[in-house]
Amino acid sequence: MTVHTTTSHACETCPLGTNAQLIRLGINVEGWNYVVALAGNPNTGKSTVFNALTGLRQHTGNWPGKTVTRAEGGFLYQDERFKLVDLPGTYSLLSSSLDEEVARDFILFGQPDVTVIVVDATRLERNLNLVLQILEITDRVVVCLNLVDEAERHGMTVDDRALARDLGVPVIPTVARRGEGIPELLAAIHEVASGAYKARPHRINNHNPALAQAIDTLAAQIEARFEGLPNARWVAMRLLDGDERILEAVRSGELGILARGAQPVGSALQQEAA
Amino acid sequence: MMAEPAAATPDDLIKQAEALRSAVGADFHDDLMLSIYTDAARIADHAVTREGAARGRFYLDRTIDRLVTSRVWGFPMMLFMLLAVFWITITGANVPSQMLGDFLMGAVYDALHSVAQALSFPWWLAGFLIDGVYLATAWVVSVMLPPMAIFFPLFTLLEDLGYLPRVAFNLDRLFHKAGAHGKQSLTMMMGYGCNAAGVVATRIIDSPRERLIAIITNNFSICNGRWPTLILMGTIFIAATAPPALASFIAATSVVAVAVLGIFLTLAVSWFLSRTWLKGEASTFSLELPPYRPPQILKTLYTSIIDRTLIVLWRAVTMAAPAGAVIWLLGNVTLDGVSIGEHLVNLLNPVGLLFGLNGVILVAYIVAIPANEIVIPTILMLTMMVGGSSMVQPGVMLELESNTEVYNVLVGMGGWTLLTAVNLMLFSLIHNPCSTTILTIWNETKNLRWTAMAVFLPLALGFGVTFLTANVARLLGLV
Repeated sequence: MTVHTTTSHACETCPLGTNAQLIRLGINVEGWNYVVALAGNPNTGKSTVFNALTGLRQHTGNWPGKTVTRAEGGFLYQDERFKLVDLPGTYSLLSSSLDEEVARDFILFGQPDVTVIVVDATRLERNLNLVLQILEITDRVVVCLNLVDEAERHGMTVDDRALARDLGVPVIPTVARRGEGIPELLAAIHEVASGAYKARPHRINNHNPALAQAIDTLAAQIEARFEGLPNARWVAMRLLDGDERILEAVRSGELGILARGAQPVGSALQQEAA
Repeated sequence: MMAEPAAATPDDLIKQAEALRSAVGADFHDDLMLSIYTDAARIADHAVTREGAARGRFYLDRTIDRLVTSRVWGFPMMLFMLLAVFWITITGANVPSQMLGDFLMGAVYDALHSVAQALSFPWWLAGFLIDGVYLATAWVVSVMLPPMAIFFPLFTLLEDLGYLPRVAFNLDRLFHKAGAHGKQSLTMMMGYGCNAAGVVATRIIDSPRERLIAIITNNFSICNGRWPTLILMGTIFIAATAPPALASFIAATSVVAVAVLGIFLTLAVSWFLSRTWLKGEASTFSLELPPYRPPQILKTLYTSIIDRTLIVLWRAVTMAAPAGAVIWLLGNVTLDGVSIGEHLVNLLNPVGLLFGLNGVILVAYIVAIPANEIVIPTILMLTMMVGGSSMVQPGVMLELESNTEVYNVLVGMGGWTLLTAVNLMLFSLIHNPCSTTILTIWNETKNLRWTAMAVFLPLALGFGVTFLTANVARLLGLV
């Protein structure tokens, strides 16, 4: 197993300290403090971000559907060990193909400490559909606004601060192919993982009042049954949609485990240490 | 505020959800999607500013797309690209192949034998290690390394550029007509690297029916292990039929023809399956054409040489070394004065000739079940062991330093004709998947029937096609 170490000089003292504080652990994911999921639409550069963070060379290709299974890798940042899970690219979490289920199940039931959503800056609107859906499941999100160089070449500028304000979670512009923005991304992942960043996630505005009413009613009941469940609204939406997997999770009580485990692994560890 | 709900039981919750669902109406899913889309559009609108002027690149992309995905130019351009890639591979690999062969099978081989002599190895030990294990490995390296080192980087460049999804786009229409899922064109593309990977990639297809079709037909995508066989046969046999100036071009054309036949078979078998055992309508999907991205040449070279070329080569070498040992034993353990290998080859020879192949090829395909990469080395070793027993001592191979000598061995000792080479190319395309792929198919389907079909359907088809070409060629008096 190779461990790449990067030596540095003045950078070490800087909080935004470049890759100096990053130690790529390759496939060594033992004894992690935090689990980070990597989600996003197909062909947005998730595998490139994955490789930049772990030092692995997961095959990247300029076409959708390269990753159909979960790939895992690890990195060490500011003395914390992170396990990174690269999920298959999906446009949505609302349908039922196998790759979407892999992504959905991991974000919901795997309870990652942070979900990094890699977003294609040149196709922001369509990519946001997935972001909004994930924000209903978890607020522990960092948006990686990738391919900003391509957006610029297309004559587009994306205001990452406006986006961060609207979404209520950190938004980091990156050019993952060239490693630009990766230090900032690491800092944001660390902040969200440690709980230093308090998200105010965007909630989907249901334009149909009857729909909004139905979701609220059901969500309240779900919250009463499964106390502490972090995403009752989303579960309500899936139940209303008749999602078999979620129905099953309600029946079997699997959701109850989610509610009890709502506190992420990492922060639990920190509390033990304190 | 709502009435404070008592902690409902799970069944209550589900009933409540059903009641609310009927109250909200059937449009729930669409309503929700619309809400999400509306929000996404508003947020994106806040964040994005566009300058009207700098959109040239976008229009350039669109112009290229119109050309490469056009109904008229799409397929000719695809064929042209494939031809160019193989032409470069075949012409470029000649010289390095020759040099590697000279070195590994000339200098190193002789040196190893003198070392063995100096250490007074018994003849069987030197034979087993040098003429068995070492020679098989050296062959794999010199025959396969140069074409792969050229072909894989070129193919990876096309992939990085964003050309493959355009090919998938062109093929989508045909897949739809064949009753298969359009995403099958993407899994087919994966299969051109490795069929096991292609089978895993079928997970992107949601309908089980269409997924099975994609799994069963993935074998018709020529994998890394089979390209070298095709390229070698094209180079030494097909090219020999053409004047020297056109030789490389004809060789490339023959390889492309086999690849195109593979696409045709994928479609035909999909069509057949979707009308017999796997009946149903084709589902629709949307395929996104990614922007053309300037490929990172150095990175592509690095990853395609390390990740593809060396991995395939390593697989071939690890398989070839034990195979070489097995073949050496086959050639040197005798039964009634004749080696086991010769018995086996003689037994299968009549069957092989019926299909325009020969006994050696059939034995090679049995030995090569774990990896297609070792078909060529096995054929060469067996041919010399059986056909050349009068010229060299049993089990010791000639030094094959160039393609011409490979040609001489196959024709002179093995009695090969152009038909044998053509049918080997066809059989290389159409036969059972390798054991890794079979295992992957089993893992993905967990169904014995479909796994068996994925193994035996192409095998039966392969024998059918070679039987047909052999008989047509004989009827026409071509051989």
